[in-house]
Amino acid sequence: MSKNENAVEMRAITKQFPGVLANDHVDFDLKKGEIHALLGENGAGKSTLMNILTGLYHPDKGTIKVHEQQVEFRSPKDAINHGIGMVHQHFMLVPTQSVTENILLGLDDPRFRLNLSHYHDVIRDLADQYGLHVDPRVKIWQLSVGEQQRVEILKTLYRGANVLILDEPTAVLAPQEIDELFKTLRSMTEEGKSIVFISHKLDEVMAIADRVTVMRKGKVSDANVLTSGTNKQELARLMVGREVLFNLDKVEQAPGETVLAVDSLEANNDKGLPALRGVSLSVCAGEIVGLAGVAGNGQPELAEVITGLRPPTAGCVRVHGRVIVGEGCEDSPRTNTVRNVIDTGVSHIPEDRTHVGTAPNLSITDNVIMKGYRQSPIARGWSIDRTNARGHAENLREAYNILAPTVDTHARLLSGGNLQRLILAREISSEPKLMIAMQPTRGLDVGAIEAVQNLLLAQRANGAAILLVSEELDELISLSDRIYVIYGGEIMGETMEGDPEGIGMMMTGTRQHSPSTAEGVGR
Amino acid sequence: MDPIIILQAGVASGTVLLFATLGEILAERSGVLNLGVEGMMLIGAMSAYSTALSTGNPWLGVIVGMLIAGLLSQVHALISIRFQADQVVSGLALTFLGTGLSLVFGEGLSKAGAVSLLPSFSIPGLELIPFLGPILFTDQNIMVYLGYLMIPIIWYFINRTRPGMHLRAIGEFPAAADALGINVARLRYFYVFLGGMFAGLSGATISLAVSPGWFSHLTTSGQGWIAIGLVIFAQWDPLRAAVGSYAFGALRRLILDIQGPASIFGIRNPFFYNPYLGFFLQMLPYAFTIMVLIIGSREAMRKRLGSPAALGLPYIRGERGL
Amino acid sequence: MTNPAQTSRGLRLPFRLRFEPRMEQPGWLSALISLGAVVLALILGGIVLMLVGGSPIRAYAFMLKAAFGDIGVFSDTLTKATPLILVSLAAVIAFRMRLWNIGAEGQFFFGAFGASAVVLTPILPPETSPWLIIPTMVLAGAIAGALWGFIPGILKARFNVNEIISTLMMNYIAVAWNNFFIFAKWSEGGFQMSPQFPRTAWLPRLTDYSSQVPLFRGLTTHLGLVFGLIAAVVVWWIIYRSRWGYEIRLIGDNPRAARYAGINITRNTILVMMLSGALAGLGGMSEITGVVHRLQGAISPGYGFTGIIIAWLAKLNPLLVIPISILFGGLILAGREIQPSGVPMLIQGILLVCLIGSDFLLRYRVRITPRTQEA
Repeated sequence: MSKNENAVEMRAITKQFPGVLANDHVDFDLKKGEIHALLGENGAGKSTLMNILTGLYHPDKGTIKVHEQQVEFRSPKDAINHGIGMVHQHFMLVPTQSVTENILLGLDDPRFRLNLSHYHDVIRDLADQYGLHVDPRVKIWQLSVGEQQRVEILKTLYRGANVLILDEPTAVLAPQEIDELFKTLRSMTEEGKSIVFISHKLDEVMAIADRVTVMRKGKVSDANVLTSGTNKQELARLMVGREVLFNLDKVEQAPGETVLAVDSLEANNDKGLPALRGVSLSVCAGEIVGLAGVAGNGQPELAEVITGLRPPTAGCVRVHGRVIVGEGCEDSPRTNTVRNVIDTGVSHIPEDRTHVGTAPNLSITDNVIMKGYRQSPIARGWSIDRTNARGHAENLREAYNILAPTVDTHARLLSGGNLQRLILAREISSEPKLMIAMQPTRGLDVGAIEAVQNLLLAQRANGAAILLVSEELDELISLSDRIYVIYGGEIMGETMEGDPEGIGMMMTGTRQHSPSTAEGVGR
Repeated sequence: MDPIIILQAGVASGTVLLFATLGEILAERSGVLNLGVEGMMLIGAMSAYSTALSTGNPWLGVIVGMLIAGLLSQVHALISIRFQADQVVSGLALTFLGTGLSLVFGEGLSKAGAVSLLPSFSIPGLELIPFLGPILFTDQNIMVYLGYLMIPIIWYFINRTRPGMHLRAIGEFPAAADALGINVARLRYFYVFLGGMFAGLSGATISLAVSPGWFSHLTTSGQGWIAIGLVIFAQWDPLRAAVGSYAFGALRRLILDIQGPASIFGIRNPFFYNPYLGFFLQMLPYAFTIMVLIIGSREAMRKRLGSPAALGLPYIRGERGL
Repeated sequence: MTNPAQTSRGLRLPFRLRFEPRMEQPGWLSALISLGAVVLALILGGIVLMLVGGSPIRAYAFMLKAAFGDIGVFSDTLTKATPLILVSLAAVIAFRMRLWNIGAEGQFFFGAFGASAVVLTPILPPETSPWLIIPTMVLAGAIAGALWGFIPGILKARFNVNEIISTLMMNYIAVAWNNFFIFAKWSEGGFQMSPQFPRTAWLPRLTDYSSQVPLFRGLTTHLGLVFGLIAAVVVWWIIYRSRWGYEIRLIGDNPRAARYAGINITRNTILVMMLSGALAGLGGMSEITGVVHRLQGAISPGYGFTGIIIAWLAKLNPLLVIPISILFGGLILAGREIQPSGVPMLIQGILLVCLIGSDFLLRYRVRITPRTQEA
């Protein structure tokens, strides 16, 4: 097989979902031995296209050729048999089973009896061959996110995949781990494997890919662009249709008094293991404080403790000097903690907008009054004033551009962007003193991202204190006045310069400055 | 009130619970909650008895009972897997269906006449083991011995075989299994069917072995529900299921026997002197089930383990907004 | 979304069946589909009837006449509907929070016990004015039912004990409890029933006023019906208009979001189970004080379970519960005379199966597309 042969050829792929044309006559080529990036913003159709290639979805129209042979995949198994393997963005691993069991899942061998020790050895050898070190006997829930990703890659290699598709693989990795991954990918191409790299991150695409195909709104904007012959601006334009990506109104302003003071906070995660080991930070009025860190280092637990959803094992959280959540503080509150926090004027944009932030089968109106239903004018004694509730919902719908037929529409029918607008509308309209924003732009298209970011900046201008947790370092740097970095449940350091290298170091465990205490900041 | 007799009868009566519990464990491990066990036990009991009556062959009765219960379970499987109906309500509907069908078609069955039952015997050699011999291997029904065999077989199947590994996977994280080419829906239909067959076997064990006859819904008097509770107590493990089932069996026998003697260990027996107190004894199996549930649930909370993660949730491929 | 690759299990049909999620679910469609489910259930039930040698047309016609034929039987239907309304409301309020209270039957029995205790212990002597006895019995029935709901409620809230099984077990325990009192403590002359309640403890029936209104002679409809109607309105108000109802609906739809909103799920679990139990207990109280006027074993032909089906058929709407309960009341009344005795339960089972299966059609639309290209 010559080097120039196409490992995969997709032609005129079309796929319609209710309400959205995910792929519109898409062509895609993958040369043997290349790393080909599939670039596009969220919702462009990249994942759908690859899900079709891996047999998870069936295209409405179009053809696929693998190694020059026309194929029709009726199920994921067919695709696997043709050597196509996918490493999903959200790992498809059974947490309670071991690495080996997960890798063996779905295969016909072993026939009946599970002889795990033999397979442990086989897997270990395979892992060492590709430099993907992991202990096969360990259960998935015990592994770190990076290690889990290695298991996913091993799954495809074990099945003899020579086409690997990686869907946003770097979302969960620290900068140094990303370098490791890239090294692994390059060595795989040297062994003749072909790789599709789905991403929306321009830097990485320029760094790792040989060619790029850019998708926008279900169509291909430009195919097979050589990375050697283009630059970030050009790709951005192809991706969004605009020259410059973000237009933010960030004004320099001096922060006010300390609003949030977190002091030596300790807490456990769902498994009972320590997730926060003495976190201290502060946020002042009129500033956005970013929290950088690789996923899984305690960010969700920190947000949950501050908002009252998780009890701390030690430490205090104070808003304007009053303890709202704490263990062992002089004046810890006794009552229902989440309600207490909400009533203090803290609003919370949760990480999971569908499973936590909204109720899918309730109307927009019902979702919008979730925090305010206990106070007038929404509440009227024991009942809810429906006219006021509806009016409030209508106002918010207009002010925040929530696209929906009516305010009676059920939340589950809204798109991700509109759902986030709903949540933001709700959380901002209460004019909070403190906002905890967890991954507010995750999974949104560029228009929605810009809107969300501007809303946050507007709140900052109004004097709110905002704690912003985000996986996108660029976003943190452009929005935040100060950035803390969290690693292993501790604050590694704080920076005001927003330099990615320094932050990257802290994200992988190197302490830079001594962690600021709650009293020291807030000029 | 002989402890040996109580345990011996307990093992026999516990076998009924054992089959139903094992079947439900299989179904729930695959991710499908089947609350229709009571209905399937009844229809299994009735059709087994009826078949044995008309053909004179109890074994045919067992097979028919198992098949019919298994078929009925497929109704639940269809509407909860294919039509993604709420598994709780679907299971309840199955109970009504099974109970209703068994009452309708079983009308008049109780007066029908004698029927040949499944054989009971002792196992030579094993019956001589001190203490355990008389309990486990003496004069027990063949179904009881079948139960003994089922425990290690099911355990081995779930934990040490490839199909068992797939079973565990589809109950924990069906998306992972699906992405690797496992047909989640088909396997779930299968395990619900197995669960149904076991429930039918359990019913047949009642009507053709342990408490022969057909007594409409008194045949099972809630044992199907107790079995579902035992699954939680068993933490979805066949070995613990066995312990729970036999213990409950012994409890039922104890309740009967305790009303017999005038005094127990020298103490005046209130149940003998006031037979109406027997009603409180009747409550015991159900109260115990609640206790067993409390124990099981607290343990699950403590160990942060629990049910198969996907239990009760319909699996929809490619759910958007994951 | 089902994709055709999944449905083709070796069966090559000339067309493809596709299921697409519906974007909107208009009310009329919901009613139409429910109606279709009922019709299908009647057909299937008819088939079963034929299999046991009956004639479905005659059977259904007979049942229609036996339930709604004249004012006398209609009154009896309403009497049967009264406990149904209350136990259905019990199911509605609990199911709204996804609390599967299957124990309405047991709460019904225990409520009957509580009400009986007032006159049989006696807490109030028989000479007491009915204006005092009846409300006391109402209170006692509700409290007893609430207690019976409280137990599984707190077990669920504190220990996460599966409420389906715990409420079911409580059913059996309640029956045994009542039996003790019926057979032993309060037994009348060795019979399996308590002495008849004093006249002051009878709920007024329409027939009591036959001297003023001759039309009312023989009509058994009693005050319990009013309790049921009032309860339906109250429950409606709670669910759709009150703050508490909002919390209940939110918990039922997404408990994690409810927590996030600061709602106390533990407290609501207990309160809702108590309210649910109280409603069912009230049903029990009304049945024995309005119909049989004594405590006996056979006070419910499975009202608790029928209530679940009614609640589901009413799509958990308290006001719809009323007409549907009347229909089912008719079914139970007429079904008493149908052999074999398992038929009403069977039809209920078939009906529930058809109903929940048909929900699918509400959420997905079926598209039949001709299979053109062998893609």
